Amino acid sequence: MTRALGWLAVVGLVAGLVMGFAVAPREVTQGNVQRIMYVHVPSVWVAYVAFAVVFVASIVYLARRAEGADHVAHASAELGVLFTGLTIATGSIWGKPTWGAWWTWDARLTSVAVLFVMYLGYLLLRGMIDEPERAARYAAVLGVVAALNIPLVHFSVYWWRTLHQPPSLMKPGGSSMPRVIVWALLVNFAAFALVYLYFLARRVRLLRLEAEAAA
Amino acid sequence: MEHRSKETLNALVFFALLLLFVFQFALGPDRERLAAALPGLLWLGFVLAGLLGLGRTFVLERENDCWDALLLAPGDKSAIYVGKLAVNVLLMLVVEVLLLVLFTFFFNVDLVGPLPALALVLALGTLGLAAVGTLFAAMTAQVRARELLFPVLLLPVQVPVLLATVKATEAVLLGEPLSAVAHWLKLLAAADVVYVAAGVLTFDFLLES
Repeated sequence: MTRALGWLAVVGLVAGLVMGFAVAPREVTQGNVQRIMYVHVPSVWVAYVAFAVVFVASIVYLARRAEGADHVAHASAELGVLFTGLTIATGSIWGKPTWGAWWTWDARLTSVAVLFVMYLGYLLLRGMIDEPERAARYAAVLGVVAALNIPLVHFSVYWWRTLHQPPSLMKPGGSSMPRVIVWALLVNFAAFALVYLYFLARRVRLLRLEAEAAA
Repeated sequence: MEHRSKETLNALVFFALLLLFVFQFALGPDRERLAAALPGLLWLGFVLAGLLGLGRTFVLERENDCWDALLLAPGDKSAIYVGKLAVNVLLMLVVEVLLLVLFTFFFNVDLVGPLPALALVLALGTLGLAAVGTLFAAMTAQVRARELLFPVLLLPVQVPVLLATVKATEAVLLGEPLSAVAHWLKLLAAADVVYVAAGVLTFDFLLES
């Protein structure tokens, strides 16, 4: 089952590469650099999904005390940090030729960076507690608090960078992208989601085996 | 217990005074630079004092082996959280007021005029800082390297509160009315509600044996 998921992820990634490099057109002003968007944008989407999974799994753990839920939260937090890191790295590579800088304190960069350090702290807390049951409990509390904090971070950073009154929607402006680019993004998102699921399944299994070996 | 709280308070006030020295050394004598940096410096001072003070919330229980007594306390554990939070808010407010007085005295800035508006920002920001700080202090009390972990966990979560308070303080010190920063005040109020609710609801889980 997991193995099939892995192969599906590989197929998805290949399809994503084809969409990103062959099907999607070369962007007029930015050139080929723009193609990194097909890695960058799906990464951050998957990262948000991963943190949402941490939130839900943390609540489930606190309510039911199911060890499995804790393993899902732990693995998903690791993957969330990984994909956030990937987002920041690809964004920097794109930003250097496009903006002339690896990093700017733009609203969305900053809020992703805050997420990154928040969940790094989550993993740090897990690593510092020796008893697995207490680590699970404390991490679940932090997983809930961190997730509740995401909208606050989002709005505060947005208002901090834009001096004007806030827009009524989360993101201003509708989509004006050509259809083919949207499809390339969606295919890559599906591929990254499959990669996430595959890693999640593997990591949860490993955590379960570790727990069994320790018990 | 009272004696120990006073000890913490004294040390914090002294620490705040030392911070003023550091700020002065970092910025030099330029008045305009200082005025521009003042809101950030104020909150940097509050947060650094908060990291030290809030991190010690459960130090008595740990050192005197009373942690088990907390675990065994009958009834609703959230009462312990609310009590600790109230003490922390009070402690922070005392330190902040003293720091404000020191700022007025040493840097010759006028903080009296915008005081009512500033007090509101201060109260909202302090509640948010203390609400998460109290929760995380309980979380890190029994953990290795707690004095390291506590700020590392608290600072990223406090980003919204920090941005909101610094921006609101900036506007207030420039003499703008509170309505100009209404969105920041609303964000702070929302953060306070979320943090206190999360603290009350999840504190039980931290105090299980």
